[in-house]
Amino acid sequence: MKLNLALAQINTKLGDVNANLEKHMALVNEAKSSGAELVLFPELSLTGYVLQDLVPSVATLTEAHDPVFRHLLQASQALDIVVGFVDEDARHRFYIASAYLSGGEIVHIHHKVYLPTYGLFDEGRFFAPGNTIRAFNTRFGRMGMLICEDFWHASPPYLLWLDGADLLLFSSASPGRGLNAETKLESSAWVEHTNRAYAGLFTTFVAHTNRTGFEDGLNFWGGSTVYDPNGDLLVQGPYFEEALTLCEIDLNQLHRTRARLPLLRDERPDLVEREIKRILHGN
Amino acid sequence: MEIDLSIDPALVRKILTAFIKTEIGRANFSRAVVNLSGGLDSSVSCALASEALGAENVLALRLPYKTSSQDSLEHAQLLIDQLGVRSLTIPISEMADALFARDPEMSPVRRGNIMARARMIVAYDQSEAFRGLVVGTGNKTEILLGYSTLYGDSACAINPIGDLYKTQVRQLARAMDIPEAIITKPPSADLWQGQTDEGELGFTYADVDRLLYLLVDQRYRPEECVEAGFEKVFVHKVVERVRRNQFKRVLPPIAKLSSRTIGYDFLYLRDWGT
Repeated sequence: MKLNLALAQINTKLGDVNANLEKHMALVNEAKSSGAELVLFPELSLTGYVLQDLVPSVATLTEAHDPVFRHLLQASQALDIVVGFVDEDARHRFYIASAYLSGGEIVHIHHKVYLPTYGLFDEGRFFAPGNTIRAFNTRFGRMGMLICEDFWHASPPYLLWLDGADLLLFSSASPGRGLNAETKLESSAWVEHTNRAYAGLFTTFVAHTNRTGFEDGLNFWGGSTVYDPNGDLLVQGPYFEEALTLCEIDLNQLHRTRARLPLLRDERPDLVEREIKRILHGN
Repeated sequence: MEIDLSIDPALVRKILTAFIKTEIGRANFSRAVVNLSGGLDSSVSCALASEALGAENVLALRLPYKTSSQDSLEHAQLLIDQLGVRSLTIPISEMADALFARDPEMSPVRRGNIMARARMIVAYDQSEAFRGLVVGTGNKTEILLGYSTLYGDSACAINPIGDLYKTQVRQLARAMDIPEAIITKPPSADLWQGQTDEGELGFTYADVDRLLYLLVDQRYRPEECVEAGFEKVFVHKVVERVRRNQFKRVLPPIAKLSSRTIGYDFLYLRDWGT
Protein backbone atom coordinates (compact mmCIF):
# COMPACT_ATOMS: atom_id res chain seq x y z
CA MET A 1 0.00 0.00 0.00
CA LYS A 2 1.27 3.42 -0.98
CA LEU A 3 0.66 6.75 0.70
CA ASN A 4 1.36 10.03 -1.02
CA LEU A 5 2.47 12.41 1.66
CA ALA A 6 2.99 16.17 1.33
CA LEU A 7 5.07 18.18 3.79
CA ALA A 8 3.91 21.81 3.73
CA GLN A 9 6.73 23.77 5.36
CA ILE A 10 5.34 27.27 5.44
CA ASN A 11 6.07 30.66 6.89
CA THR A 12 3.23 32.17 8.91
CA LYS A 13 1.91 35.61 9.74
CA LEU A 14 2.21 36.14 13.48
CA GLY A 15 -1.27 36.23 14.99
CA ASP A 16 -3.14 36.55 11.68
CA VAL A 17 -5.23 33.37 11.50
CA ASN A 18 -7.17 34.36 8.40
CA ALA A 19 -4.07 35.10 6.35
CA ASN A 20 -2.55 31.80 7.48
CA LEU A 21 -5.75 29.92 6.70
CA GLU A 22 -5.68 31.31 3.19
CA LYS A 23 -2.16 29.98 2.75
CA HIS A 24 -3.26 26.58 4.09
CA MET A 25 -6.08 26.40 1.57
CA ALA A 26 -3.72 27.25 -1.30
CA LEU A 27 -1.23 24.59 -0.19
CA VAL A 28 -3.98 22.02 0.34
CA ASN A 29 -5.14 22.61 -3.22
CA GLU A 30 -1.62 22.36 -4.55
CA ALA A 31 -1.04 19.16 -2.59
CA LYS A 32 -4.29 17.74 -3.89
CA SER A 33 -3.49 18.48 -7.50
CA SER A 34 -0.06 16.90 -6.98
CA GLY A 35 -1.76 13.68 -5.96
CA ALA A 36 -1.12 13.95 -2.21
CA GLU A 37 -3.42 12.04 0.14
CA LEU A 38 -2.14 13.55 3.40
CA VAL A 39 -0.66 17.00 3.91
CA LEU A 40 1.27 17.83 7.06
CA PHE A 41 1.54 21.44 8.29
CA PRO A 42 3.98 22.64 10.99
CA GLU A 43 3.42 23.47 14.66
CA LEU A 44 1.05 26.42 15.20
CA SER A 45 0.71 26.74 11.44
CA LEU A 46 -2.53 28.72 11.73
CA THR A 47 -1.19 31.26 14.20
CA GLY A 48 2.60 31.65 14.18
CA TYR A 49 4.89 30.59 17.01
CA VAL A 50 6.05 33.26 19.49
CA LEU A 51 2.51 34.28 20.33
CA GLN A 52 2.98 35.45 23.91
CA ASP A 53 -0.02 37.66 24.79
CA LEU A 54 -1.64 36.90 21.42
CA VAL A 55 -2.53 33.36 22.57
CA PRO A 56 -6.12 34.06 23.73
CA SER A 57 -6.96 36.07 20.61
CA VAL A 58 -5.87 33.39 18.12
CA ALA A 59 -7.30 30.37 19.93
CA THR A 60 -9.82 28.14 18.18
CA LEU A 61 -12.75 26.32 19.73
CA THR A 62 -12.77 23.15 17.68
CA GLU A 63 -16.07 21.96 19.12
CA ALA A 64 -18.02 24.94 17.85
CA HIS A 65 -18.77 25.69 14.23
CA ASP A 66 -15.52 27.51 14.03
CA PRO A 67 -15.18 29.34 10.69
CA VAL A 68 -11.52 28.42 10.44
CA PHE A 69 -12.06 24.73 10.98
CA ARG A 70 -15.11 24.69 8.72
CA HIS A 71 -12.89 25.48 5.73
CA LEU A 72 -10.25 22.97 6.68
CA LEU A 73 -12.81 20.24 7.39
CA GLN A 74 -14.39 20.85 4.02
CA ALA A 75 -10.99 20.54 2.36
CA SER A 76 -10.36 17.31 4.25
CA GLN A 77 -13.03 15.67 2.10
CA ALA A 78 -10.39 15.55 -0.64
CA LEU A 79 -7.28 14.72 1.35
CA ASP A 80 -6.27 14.28 4.97
CA ILE A 81 -4.80 17.31 6.71
CA VAL A 82 -2.69 17.78 9.82
CA VAL A 83 -2.84 21.38 11.00
CA GLY A 84 -1.26 23.24 13.92
CA PHE A 85 -3.30 25.66 16.03
CA VAL A 86 -4.09 26.96 19.51
CA ASP A 87 -6.85 24.87 21.06
CA GLU A 88 -8.98 26.44 23.77
CA ASP A 89 -10.87 23.96 25.91
CA ALA A 90 -14.28 24.44 27.52
CA ARG A 91 -12.59 25.68 30.71
CA HIS A 92 -10.53 28.21 28.67
CA ARG A 93 -7.17 26.59 28.94
CA PHE A 94 -4.98 27.07 25.89
CA TYR A 95 -2.99 24.27 24.28
CA ILE A 96 -0.51 24.02 21.43
CA ALA A 97 -2.39 21.51 19.29
CA SER A 98 -2.30 19.45 16.12
CA ALA A 99 -5.47 18.13 14.53
CA TYR A 100 -5.77 15.25 12.07
CA LEU A 101 -8.68 15.98 9.73
CA SER A 102 -10.16 13.48 7.28
CA GLY A 103 -13.43 13.11 5.39
CA GLY A 104 -14.83 16.26 6.97
CA GLU A 105 -14.19 15.00 10.52
CA ILE A 106 -11.70 15.71 13.25
CA VAL A 107 -10.09 12.29 13.67
CA HIS A 108 -7.70 13.20 16.48
CA ILE A 109 -6.34 16.19 18.38
CA HIS A 110 -3.01 16.09 20.15
CA HIS A 111 -2.13 18.66 22.80
CA LYS A 112 1.59 19.30 23.13
CA VAL A 113 2.69 17.59 26.31
CA TYR A 114 6.17 19.01 26.77
CA LEU A 115 6.23 22.81 26.73
CA PRO A 116 9.82 24.03 26.62
CA THR A 117 10.27 26.82 29.15
CA TYR A 118 13.99 27.41 29.14
CA GLY A 119 16.56 29.21 27.02
CA LEU A 120 14.75 31.10 24.30
CA PHE A 121 11.48 29.23 24.97
CA ASP A 122 8.64 30.41 27.20
CA GLU A 123 5.75 28.10 26.28
CA GLY A 124 4.89 27.06 29.84
CA ARG A 125 4.10 30.66 30.65
CA PHE A 126 1.38 30.91 28.02
CA PHE A 127 0.06 27.38 27.47
CA ALA A 128 -1.36 24.44 29.39
CA PRO A 129 0.43 21.11 28.86
CA GLY A 130 -1.36 18.21 27.21
CA ASN A 131 -1.88 15.09 29.26
CA THR A 132 -2.25 12.23 26.79
CA ILE A 133 -0.22 10.50 24.13
CA ARG A 134 -2.43 8.34 21.94
CA ALA A 135 -2.15 6.71 18.55
CA PHE A 136 -5.22 6.84 16.30
CA ASN A 137 -6.61 5.04 13.26
CA THR A 138 -6.66 6.64 9.83
CA ARG A 139 -7.62 5.34 6.42
CA PHE A 140 -3.91 4.64 5.87
CA GLY A 141 -3.29 2.79 9.11
CA ARG A 142 -2.53 3.76 12.68
CA MET A 143 -0.59 6.95 13.27
CA GLY A 144 0.60 9.21 16.06
CA MET A 145 1.21 12.95 16.23
CA LEU A 146 3.78 14.81 18.31
CA ILE A 147 4.75 18.46 18.45
CA CYS A 148 8.36 19.62 18.61
CA GLU A 149 9.56 19.28 22.23
CA ASP A 150 7.37 16.17 22.56
CA PHE A 151 9.88 14.30 20.43
CA TRP A 152 12.95 15.74 22.15
CA HIS A 153 11.79 13.36 24.88
CA ALA A 154 12.15 9.67 24.08
CA SER A 155 9.01 8.45 25.83
CA PRO A 156 6.28 9.97 23.59
CA PRO A 157 7.50 8.30 20.36
CA TYR A 158 8.02 5.09 22.35
CA LEU A 159 4.45 5.21 23.69
CA LEU A 160 3.02 5.85 20.23
CA TRP A 161 5.01 2.90 18.90
CA LEU A 162 3.57 0.62 21.55
CA ASP A 163 0.12 2.06 20.92
CA GLY A 164 0.31 0.87 17.32
CA ALA A 165 1.48 3.88 15.34
CA ASP A 166 3.36 2.89 12.21
CA LEU A 167 3.65 6.42 10.93
CA LEU A 168 4.78 9.13 13.32
CA LEU A 169 3.73 12.61 12.24
CA PHE A 170 5.96 15.26 13.82
CA SER A 171 5.48 18.98 13.46
CA SER A 172 7.57 21.82 14.77
CA ALA A 173 8.42 25.49 14.74
CA SER A 174 12.07 24.95 15.48
CA PRO A 175 14.20 28.07 15.82
CA GLY A 176 17.59 27.62 14.16
CA ARG A 177 20.47 27.87 16.63
CA GLY A 178 23.93 26.54 17.33
CA LEU A 179 26.49 27.93 14.92
CA ASN A 180 29.77 26.22 14.13
CA ALA A 181 31.84 25.30 11.10
CA GLU A 182 29.25 22.76 9.89
CA THR A 183 26.97 23.47 6.97
CA LYS A 184 23.86 23.05 9.11
CA LEU A 185 22.88 24.52 12.46
CA GLU A 186 23.15 22.32 15.55
CA SER A 187 19.36 22.40 15.99
CA SER A 188 18.82 21.00 12.48
CA ALA A 189 21.47 18.34 12.93
CA TRP A 190 20.00 17.29 16.30
CA VAL A 191 16.43 16.96 15.02
CA GLU A 192 17.48 15.02 11.93
CA HIS A 193 19.69 12.73 13.97
CA THR A 194 16.90 12.06 16.47
CA ASN A 195 14.15 11.50 13.92
CA ARG A 196 16.33 9.11 12.02
CA ALA A 197 17.03 7.27 15.26
CA TYR A 198 13.30 6.94 16.04
CA ALA A 199 12.64 5.56 12.56
CA GLY A 200 15.39 2.98 12.95
CA LEU A 201 14.79 2.09 16.62
CA PHE A 202 11.05 1.71 16.17
CA THR A 203 11.21 0.38 12.60
CA THR A 204 8.56 2.91 11.67
CA PHE A 205 7.99 5.86 9.34
CA VAL A 206 8.79 9.28 10.74
CA ALA A 207 7.56 12.35 8.86
CA HIS A 208 8.49 15.80 10.16
CA THR A 209 7.36 19.23 8.96
CA ASN A 210 9.17 22.26 10.30
CA ARG A 211 8.22 25.84 9.51
CA THR A 212 10.29 28.53 7.81
CA GLY A 213 10.58 32.30 8.01
CA PHE A 214 11.48 34.63 10.86
CA GLU A 215 9.85 36.00 13.98
CA ASP A 216 11.88 38.98 15.14
CA GLY A 217 15.42 37.59 15.26
CA LEU A 218 14.44 33.90 15.28
CA ASN A 219 14.90 31.93 12.06
CA PHE A 220 12.97 28.74 11.38
CA TRP A 221 14.95 26.32 9.30
CA GLY A 222 12.44 24.16 7.40
CA GLY A 223 14.26 21.07 6.16
CA SER A 224 11.24 18.75 6.58
CA THR A 225 12.04 15.05 6.33
CA VAL A 226 10.61 11.57 5.93
CA TYR A 227 12.58 8.59 7.24
CA ASP A 228 11.58 5.02 6.48
CA PRO A 229 11.56 2.03 8.89
CA ASN A 230 15.20 1.32 8.03
CA GLY A 231 16.14 4.81 9.18
CA ASP A 232 16.85 5.87 5.61
CA LEU A 233 16.03 9.38 4.48
CA LEU A 234 13.33 9.29 1.79
CA VAL A 235 13.01 13.00 1.16
CA GLN A 236 14.04 16.36 2.56
CA GLY A 237 12.60 19.81 1.94
CA PRO A 238 14.92 22.78 1.47
CA TYR A 239 16.37 24.62 4.44
CA PHE A 240 14.90 28.04 5.28
CA GLU A 241 12.53 28.25 2.30
CA GLU A 242 8.85 27.56 2.00
CA ALA A 243 8.14 24.37 0.07
CA LEU A 244 5.64 21.64 -0.54
CA THR A 245 7.69 18.44 -0.49
CA LEU A 246 6.07 15.29 -1.82
CA CYS A 247 6.94 11.77 -0.81
CA GLU A 248 5.44 8.48 -1.86
CA ILE A 249 5.62 6.09 1.07
CA ASP A 250 5.51 2.37 0.49
CA LEU A 251 3.80 1.12 3.64
CA ASN A 252 4.82 -2.46 2.75
CA GLN A 253 8.32 -1.46 3.86
CA LEU A 254 7.05 -2.07 7.40
CA HIS A 255 6.60 -5.74 6.52
CA ARG A 256 10.05 -6.09 4.99
CA THR A 257 11.91 -4.25 7.74
CA ARG A 258 10.14 -5.97 10.62
CA ALA A 259 10.64 -9.38 9.00
CA ARG A 260 14.35 -8.67 9.06
CA LEU A 261 14.48 -6.82 12.36
CA PRO A 262 11.69 -7.83 14.80
CA LEU A 263 12.34 -5.12 17.40
CA LEU A 264 8.63 -4.52 17.88
CA ARG A 265 7.92 -8.25 18.33
CA ASP A 266 10.67 -8.55 20.93
CA GLU A 267 9.93 -5.35 22.83
CA ARG A 268 9.05 -5.95 26.51
CA PRO A 269 6.57 -3.29 27.62
CA ASP A 270 5.62 -5.45 30.63
CA LEU A 271 9.22 -5.28 31.78
CA VAL A 272 9.24 -1.52 31.19
CA GLU A 273 6.06 -1.19 33.23
CA ARG A 274 7.52 -3.21 36.09
CA GLU A 275 10.75 -1.24 36.17
CA ILE A 276 9.01 2.13 35.87
CA LYS A 277 6.78 1.19 38.78
CA ARG A 278 9.83 0.23 40.80
CA ILE A 279 11.60 3.49 39.89
CA LEU A 280 8.55 5.61 40.71
CA HIS A 281 7.22 3.77 43.72
CA GLY A 282 10.13 1.70 44.98
CA ASN A 283 8.33 -1.62 44.63
CA MET B 1 38.40 22.18 26.36
CA GLU B 2 37.68 22.96 22.74
CA ILE B 3 37.32 26.56 21.66
CA ASP B 4 36.43 26.73 18.02
CA LEU B 5 34.87 29.93 16.74
CA SER B 6 34.80 28.75 13.14
CA ILE B 7 31.60 29.35 11.25
CA ASP B 8 30.22 28.24 7.92
CA PRO B 9 30.05 31.64 6.21
CA ALA B 10 27.69 30.43 3.46
CA LEU B 11 25.09 29.35 6.04
CA VAL B 12 25.42 32.57 8.04
CA ARG B 13 25.15 34.65 4.90
CA LYS B 14 21.98 32.87 3.86
CA ILE B 15 20.30 33.36 7.24
CA LEU B 16 21.37 36.98 7.68
CA THR B 17 20.38 38.19 4.23
CA ALA B 18 16.99 36.50 4.62
CA PHE B 19 16.67 38.12 8.06
CA ILE B 20 17.36 41.60 6.66
CA LYS B 21 14.99 41.21 3.75
CA THR B 22 12.19 39.72 5.85
CA GLU B 23 12.38 42.05 8.81
CA ILE B 24 12.71 45.22 6.76
CA GLY B 25 9.83 44.07 4.58
CA ARG B 26 7.61 43.39 7.59
CA ALA B 27 8.12 46.95 8.74
CA ASN B 28 6.85 48.00 5.28
CA PHE B 29 10.23 49.12 4.04
CA SER B 30 12.42 47.84 1.25
CA ARG B 31 15.53 49.93 1.83
CA ALA B 32 18.34 50.25 4.33
CA VAL B 33 20.69 52.91 5.65
CA VAL B 34 24.10 51.94 7.02
CA ASN B 35 26.63 54.13 8.79
CA LEU B 36 29.74 52.99 6.97
CA SER B 37 32.81 53.77 9.05
CA GLY B 38 35.25 51.99 6.79
CA GLY B 39 35.74 49.32 9.44
CA LEU B 40 35.01 45.62 9.41
CA ASP B 41 31.61 45.48 11.09
CA SER B 42 29.85 48.19 9.13
CA SER B 43 31.36 46.86 5.90
CA VAL B 44 29.88 43.42 6.56
CA SER B 45 26.48 44.85 7.56
CA CYS B 46 26.46 47.00 4.43
CA ALA B 47 27.43 44.08 2.18
CA LEU B 48 24.73 41.89 3.75
CA ALA B 49 22.12 44.62 3.27
CA SER B 50 23.19 45.08 -0.33
CA GLU B 51 22.94 41.37 -1.01
CA ALA B 52 19.56 41.17 0.73
CA LEU B 53 17.88 44.24 -0.77
CA GLY B 54 19.84 45.06 -3.91
CA ALA B 55 22.60 47.68 -4.06
CA GLU B 56 20.22 50.39 -5.25
CA ASN B 57 18.20 50.00 -2.06
CA VAL B 58 21.09 50.60 0.30
CA LEU B 59 22.36 54.01 1.33
CA ALA B 60 25.86 53.98 2.82
CA LEU B 61 26.69 57.04 4.89
CA ARG B 62 30.20 58.34 5.34
CA LEU B 63 30.07 60.68 8.32
CA PRO B 64 33.58 61.95 9.02
CA TYR B 65 34.68 64.30 11.76
CA LYS B 66 37.54 66.57 10.76
CA THR B 67 40.07 64.44 12.64
CA SER B 68 38.75 61.13 11.28
CA SER B 69 41.42 59.13 9.57
CA GLN B 70 41.63 59.44 5.80
CA ASP B 71 41.94 55.65 5.66
CA SER B 72 38.47 55.27 7.13
CA LEU B 73 36.94 57.42 4.43
CA GLU B 74 38.87 55.71 1.66
CA HIS B 75 38.07 52.23 2.88
CA ALA B 76 34.38 53.12 3.05
CA GLN B 77 34.58 54.39 -0.53
CA LEU B 78 36.34 51.22 -1.61
CA LEU B 79 33.39 49.18 -0.37
CA ILE B 80 30.80 51.58 -1.80
CA ASP B 81 32.44 51.26 -5.22
CA GLN B 82 32.72 47.50 -4.94
CA LEU B 83 29.09 46.99 -3.94
CA GLY B 84 27.61 49.76 -6.06
CA VAL B 85 25.41 50.96 -3.20
CA ARG B 86 24.24 54.55 -2.99
CA SER B 87 26.25 56.84 -0.76
CA LEU B 88 26.35 60.21 0.88
CA THR B 89 29.20 61.93 2.69
CA ILE B 90 27.98 64.24 5.44
CA PRO B 91 30.67 65.66 7.75
CA ILE B 92 29.62 65.89 11.40
CA SER B 93 32.36 68.40 12.32
CA GLU B 94 30.06 71.42 12.61
CA MET B 95 27.46 69.55 14.66
CA ALA B 96 30.03 68.17 17.04
CA ASP B 97 32.19 71.31 17.27
CA ALA B 98 29.20 73.37 18.34
CA LEU B 99 28.99 71.23 21.48
CA PHE B 100 32.73 70.79 21.93
CA ALA B 101 33.10 74.61 21.97
CA ARG B 102 30.97 74.82 25.12
CA ASP B 103 33.60 72.99 27.14
CA PRO B 104 37.23 73.15 26.07
CA GLU B 105 38.10 70.67 28.84
CA MET B 106 35.81 68.01 27.41
CA SER B 107 37.21 64.49 27.83
CA PRO B 108 37.89 62.25 24.84
CA VAL B 109 35.09 59.94 26.00
CA ARG B 110 32.56 62.78 26.01
CA ARG B 111 33.76 63.95 22.62
CA GLY B 112 33.60 60.39 21.28
CA ASN B 113 30.05 59.95 22.58
CA ILE B 114 28.95 63.20 20.95
CA MET B 115 30.41 62.10 17.62
CA ALA B 116 28.73 58.70 17.84
CA ARG B 117 25.40 60.35 18.64
CA ALA B 118 25.80 62.97 15.90
CA ARG B 119 26.22 60.08 13.46
CA MET B 120 23.09 58.47 14.87
CA ILE B 121 21.13 61.70 14.24
CA VAL B 122 22.29 61.83 10.63
CA ALA B 123 21.53 58.13 10.09
CA TYR B 124 18.00 58.45 11.43
CA ASP B 125 17.42 61.61 9.41
CA GLN B 126 18.55 59.80 6.27
CA SER B 127 16.37 56.88 7.29
CA GLU B 128 13.35 59.15 6.88
CA ALA B 129 14.67 60.89 3.77
CA PHE B 130 15.66 57.66 1.98
CA ARG B 131 12.77 55.62 3.42
CA GLY B 132 15.17 52.97 4.64
CA LEU B 133 15.71 51.33 8.02
CA VAL B 134 18.97 51.75 9.88
CA VAL B 135 20.87 48.46 9.84
CA GLY B 136 23.07 48.00 12.89
CA THR B 137 26.76 47.23 12.94
CA GLY B 138 27.43 46.05 16.50
CA ASN B 139 28.97 42.59 16.91
CA LYS B 140 28.47 40.19 19.83
CA THR B 141 31.84 41.00 21.38
CA GLU B 142 31.20 44.73 21.64
CA ILE B 143 27.59 44.28 22.73
CA LEU B 144 28.66 41.97 25.55
CA LEU B 145 31.51 44.25 26.60
CA GLY B 146 29.34 47.34 26.24
CA TYR B 147 31.96 48.81 23.96
CA SER B 148 29.64 51.27 22.26
CA THR B 149 27.86 54.55 22.82
CA LEU B 150 24.30 54.11 24.05
CA TYR B 151 21.90 55.75 21.55
CA GLY B 152 24.95 56.34 19.37
CA ASP B 153 26.55 53.63 17.26
CA SER B 154 24.36 51.04 19.00
CA ALA B 155 21.15 52.64 17.67
CA CYS B 156 19.52 50.71 14.84
CA ALA B 157 16.27 49.18 13.61
CA ILE B 158 17.68 45.67 13.14
CA ASN B 159 21.08 44.16 13.74
CA PRO B 160 22.16 41.27 11.53
CA ILE B 161 25.63 40.72 13.05
CA GLY B 162 24.92 41.02 16.79
CA ASP B 163 25.23 37.27 17.38
CA LEU B 164 28.65 36.98 15.74
CA TYR B 165 31.87 37.53 17.66
CA LYS B 166 34.38 39.88 16.08
CA THR B 167 36.55 37.00 14.91
CA GLN B 168 33.48 35.43 13.30
CA VAL B 169 32.56 38.68 11.56
CA ARG B 170 36.06 38.58 10.09
CA GLN B 171 35.44 35.07 8.69
CA LEU B 172 32.20 36.26 7.14
CA ALA B 173 33.98 39.31 5.70
CA ARG B 174 36.50 37.08 3.93
CA ALA B 175 33.72 35.02 2.37
CA MET B 176 31.95 38.18 1.24
CA ASP B 177 35.05 39.56 -0.46
CA ILE B 178 35.31 42.62 1.74
CA PRO B 179 38.53 44.40 0.71
CA GLU B 180 41.55 42.93 2.49
CA ALA B 181 42.66 46.35 3.78
CA ILE B 182 39.42 46.58 5.79
CA ILE B 183 39.73 43.04 7.14
CA THR B 184 43.32 43.28 8.29
CA LYS B 185 43.56 46.79 9.75
CA PRO B 186 43.37 47.16 13.56
CA PRO B 187 39.73 47.71 14.61
CA SER B 188 39.10 51.28 15.75
CA ALA B 189 36.14 53.49 16.64
CA ASP B 190 38.23 56.30 15.12
CA LEU B 191 36.88 58.80 17.63
CA TRP B 192 40.34 60.20 18.30
CA GLN B 193 43.63 59.84 16.56
CA GLY B 194 45.52 56.64 17.23
CA GLN B 195 42.56 55.03 19.03
CA THR B 196 42.28 51.26 18.60
CA ASP B 197 39.71 48.95 20.17
CA GLU B 198 42.30 46.56 21.49
CA GLY B 199 44.46 49.38 22.89
CA GLU B 200 41.49 50.87 24.70
CA LEU B 201 40.03 47.58 25.94
CA GLY B 202 43.41 46.29 27.08
CA PHE B 203 43.10 42.89 25.43
CA THR B 204 42.80 41.40 21.96
CA TYR B 205 39.62 40.28 20.21
CA ALA B 206 41.24 36.91 19.60
CA ASP B 207 41.58 36.39 23.37
CA VAL B 208 38.33 37.93 24.55
CA ASP B 209 36.25 36.14 21.90
CA ARG B 210 37.59 32.79 23.11
CA LEU B 211 36.83 33.70 26.70
CA LEU B 212 33.34 35.04 25.95
CA TYR B 213 32.59 31.93 23.93
CA LEU B 214 33.34 29.81 27.00
CA LEU B 215 31.49 32.05 29.45
CA VAL B 216 28.44 32.93 27.39
CA ASP B 217 27.93 30.29 24.71
CA GLN B 218 29.29 27.28 26.58
CA ARG B 219 28.25 28.40 30.09
CA TYR B 220 31.62 27.72 31.75
CA ARG B 221 32.16 29.23 35.20
CA PRO B 222 34.80 31.98 35.45
CA GLU B 223 37.01 29.75 37.64
CA GLU B 224 36.88 27.02 35.01
CA CYS B 225 38.15 29.53 32.44
CA VAL B 226 41.05 30.35 34.77
CA GLU B 227 41.78 26.63 35.10
CA ALA B 228 41.75 26.43 31.32
CA GLY B 229 44.60 28.92 31.19
CA PHE B 230 43.03 32.38 31.00
CA GLU B 231 44.62 35.01 33.30
CA LYS B 232 42.57 35.46 36.44
CA VAL B 233 42.68 39.26 36.19
CA PHE B 234 41.58 39.13 32.56
CA VAL B 235 38.67 36.80 33.32
CA HIS B 236 37.54 38.99 36.20
CA LYS B 237 37.77 42.14 34.12
CA VAL B 238 35.68 40.67 31.31
CA VAL B 239 33.05 39.14 33.62
CA GLU B 240 32.67 42.45 35.40
CA ARG B 241 32.47 44.39 32.14
CA VAL B 242 29.72 42.15 30.82
CA ARG B 243 27.74 42.55 34.05
CA ARG B 244 28.25 46.30 34.33
CA ASN B 245 27.05 46.91 30.77
CA GLN B 246 23.78 44.99 30.96
CA PHE B 247 21.99 48.37 30.97
CA LYS B 248 23.08 48.93 27.38
CA ARG B 249 21.44 45.68 26.29
CA VAL B 250 17.93 46.24 27.64
CA LEU B 251 15.24 48.86 27.35
CA PRO B 252 15.07 51.26 30.31
CA PRO B 253 13.00 49.69 33.10
CA ILE B 254 9.53 51.10 33.57
CA ALA B 255 8.33 51.47 37.17
CA LYS B 256 5.43 49.05 37.50
CA LEU B 257 2.19 50.48 38.85
CA SER B 258 -0.73 49.03 36.91
CA SER B 259 -1.83 45.43 36.46
CA ARG B 260 -0.41 45.39 32.96
CA THR B 261 2.87 47.07 32.29
CA ILE B 262 4.93 47.41 29.14
CA GLY B 263 7.97 45.19 29.37
CA TYR B 264 6.64 42.91 32.14
CA ASP B 265 3.22 41.59 31.25
CA PHE B 266 2.42 43.24 27.95
CA LEU B 267 4.33 40.85 25.76
CA TYR B 268 4.32 40.88 21.99
CA LEU B 269 7.03 40.40 19.42
CA ARG B 270 7.88 43.31 17.20
CA ASP B 271 6.63 41.20 14.29
CA TRP B 272 3.14 41.13 15.83
CA GLY B 273 0.54 40.85 13.07
CA THR B 274 3.04 40.53 10.23
